[in-house]
Amino acid sequence: MEELVNLFHGFAVALQPFNIMVMVLGIVLGVLIGVLPGLGGANGVAILLPLTFSMSPTSAIIMLSCIYWGALFGGAITSILFNIPGEPWSVATTFDGYPMAQQGKAGEALTAAFTSSFVGALFAVIMITLVAPLVASFALQFGPAEKFAVYFLAFCSFVGLSKEPPFKTIAAMMMGFALAAVGLDSITGQLRLTFGFTELLNGFDFLIAVIGLFGIGEILLTMEEGLAFRGGNGKIDLRVVLKTWMGLPKFWMTSLRSCLIGCWMGVTPAGATPASFMSYGIAKRVAKNGKNFGKGEIEGVVAPETAAHAAGTAALLPMLSLGVPGSPTAAVLLGGLLIWGLQPGPMLFVEQKEFVWGLIASMYLGNLVGLLVVLTCVPVFAAILRVPFSIIAPLILVLCAIGAYSVHSSTFDVVLMLVFGVIGYLLKKCNYPLAPLVLAIVLGDKAEEAFRQSLLGSGGSLGIFFSNGLVSSIMVLGLIALFWSAIQEGWSRLRPPAAVA
Amino acid sequence: MTTNSHNAAGPTQKTMEVVMALAIALFGLVVIAGSLKAGINWGAEGPRAGFFPFYIGIFIVASSGINHWHALQDGDSGLFAEWGQLRQVMSVVIPTGIYVGAMPFTGLYLASMIFIAWFMRWLGKYSWPMIAAVAIGMPVVTYLIFERWFLVPLPKGPIEEWLGL
Repeated sequence: MEELVNLFHGFAVALQPFNIMVMVLGIVLGVLIGVLPGLGGANGVAILLPLTFSMSPTSAIIMLSCIYWGALFGGAITSILFNIPGEPWSVATTFDGYPMAQQGKAGEALTAAFTSSFVGALFAVIMITLVAPLVASFALQFGPAEKFAVYFLAFCSFVGLSKEPPFKTIAAMMMGFALAAVGLDSITGQLRLTFGFTELLNGFDFLIAVIGLFGIGEILLTMEEGLAFRGGNGKIDLRVVLKTWMGLPKFWMTSLRSCLIGCWMGVTPAGATPASFMSYGIAKRVAKNGKNFGKGEIEGVVAPETAAHAAGTAALLPMLSLGVPGSPTAAVLLGGLLIWGLQPGPMLFVEQKEFVWGLIASMYLGNLVGLLVVLTCVPVFAAILRVPFSIIAPLILVLCAIGAYSVHSSTFDVVLMLVFGVIGYLLKKCNYPLAPLVLAIVLGDKAEEAFRQSLLGSGGSLGIFFSNGLVSSIMVLGLIALFWSAIQEGWSRLRPPAAVA
Repeated sequence: MTTNSHNAAGPTQKTMEVVMALAIALFGLVVIAGSLKAGINWGAEGPRAGFFPFYIGIFIVASSGINHWHALQDGDSGLFAEWGQLRQVMSVVIPTGIYVGAMPFTGLYLASMIFIAWFMRWLGKYSWPMIAAVAIGMPVVTYLIFERWFLVPLPKGPIEEWLGL
């Protein structure tokens, strides 16, 4: 068991006092990000990325991934107490969490949510520990054609699995690829798509896009809706926690199912949001008291939270082992790796053992720390939500500006961030998904490089993508994913419309 | 959100979707034009720089064409947003635009103070002591965290220079 030895080394790294401090700091910042509107996991991590420039890569990734866990935990607090999902993946948690809070059972709901989050994450981390090294060693044999096929599969799954119209997903994704292409071409060294603007020489940085699209865009959406918080009281004492824990084991089946859904949806880039909805939907259909879902059923909190956290964690599996992030936040973490001078992908497991296993060990510890922090500090975080939006909003806008500036110390980037913000608001209102756009900006150069290298090898023939069993099967999987919604639509048109659950 | 309200006015979802699809198609055309300029054929080292973005541009134009058609066919005739709501959105966008535009000249701190103060006064109607506390407190905390503890330099203007920070 070489992995086990590596994992123990990882724990030794993660348990260094500085790293533990960074872990707690990351969790607290993450919960704040999850609680505040307009600061999500992805742009929260993007804004705080510059803080890690002076740290060692291992401490840096521990801090950033802990911010991510914190954001995943934090989303549940606002959903349950205020009926406001702080994050898209906690929308499904409001369905039963908020009614529970209204019935005075906020403590139970929060305990159930946090505990399920922890269970989901733990399941996904164990999966990562076991599977990631295997995937990575397998992926070491990949040539450019296989690499491109993996990107192809990742992007096709977006089109097939997202709930937005497929052609809008494609349009958004292709815009991302186009933005990624701007600037210096990495293969020929030629400039392209800059139209003579020197500001565009280095292209668009996806961190700016993330901060603009998610951060500023979200603030604008919140402004439009006009926000008012009215919330329940989030008091948790040890008695409630223990009582809720006693009741949770009987939902083991729901939990296990949600873990599996979460892991699957997290590894494919569908992400935490659809995973939580799907898990909630299935639990509602299968559960004995399914008809009570939506009225404050604790199982209705367990299912989406477990799946969301499992998906959020599992999204790091393809990022670590293949260099393909499973979610926008994972994409930001991947961007961080590049900034710290690490090459994401299978070689990480060979060349940067300490880094990889330190990160994996920190996932175990970070989630445990996270559980303790949120269980003890809920009232503090809930109080932050009572700060009026007209104070929070300018502070978040300033933070976004700082984050955008400090990526390259460029004030042009700050202007760009605002432009991305307005575009993000419009795209979101018109139902274009933002996640594929961001992922395409991140992966555009790499996908293009793999594509061109494969074509170079084959002398321009697309046949290279079907030249051996491995690459063909990945490509075929990709095509199935691409046409998945068309297949489903065709299927449902053949049948009489079924009642929507 | 999708119901058509009688007493509220504003652009319809359909109009916005059509405009959006056209704007994205235009972006695609720009990408195609830029790619053609960079060269889309094969050069000495394989496909030239414009090769990949050219096809991306084609995809953008084609998919926006379909989105445009969808929007015209069965577009949602409900409201995109009421004018009042859009005014709210613009009341954030315009000051933020001024804020980011002023930053290269004033530095981050002064611009942030004025921006936060404006926002709290205009949209929140807070008392001046409260505004002063937040508008001065936040940049000071930012300075300590970013520049002192994590050594990330932020843009400075004449005032910071005068203070010798």
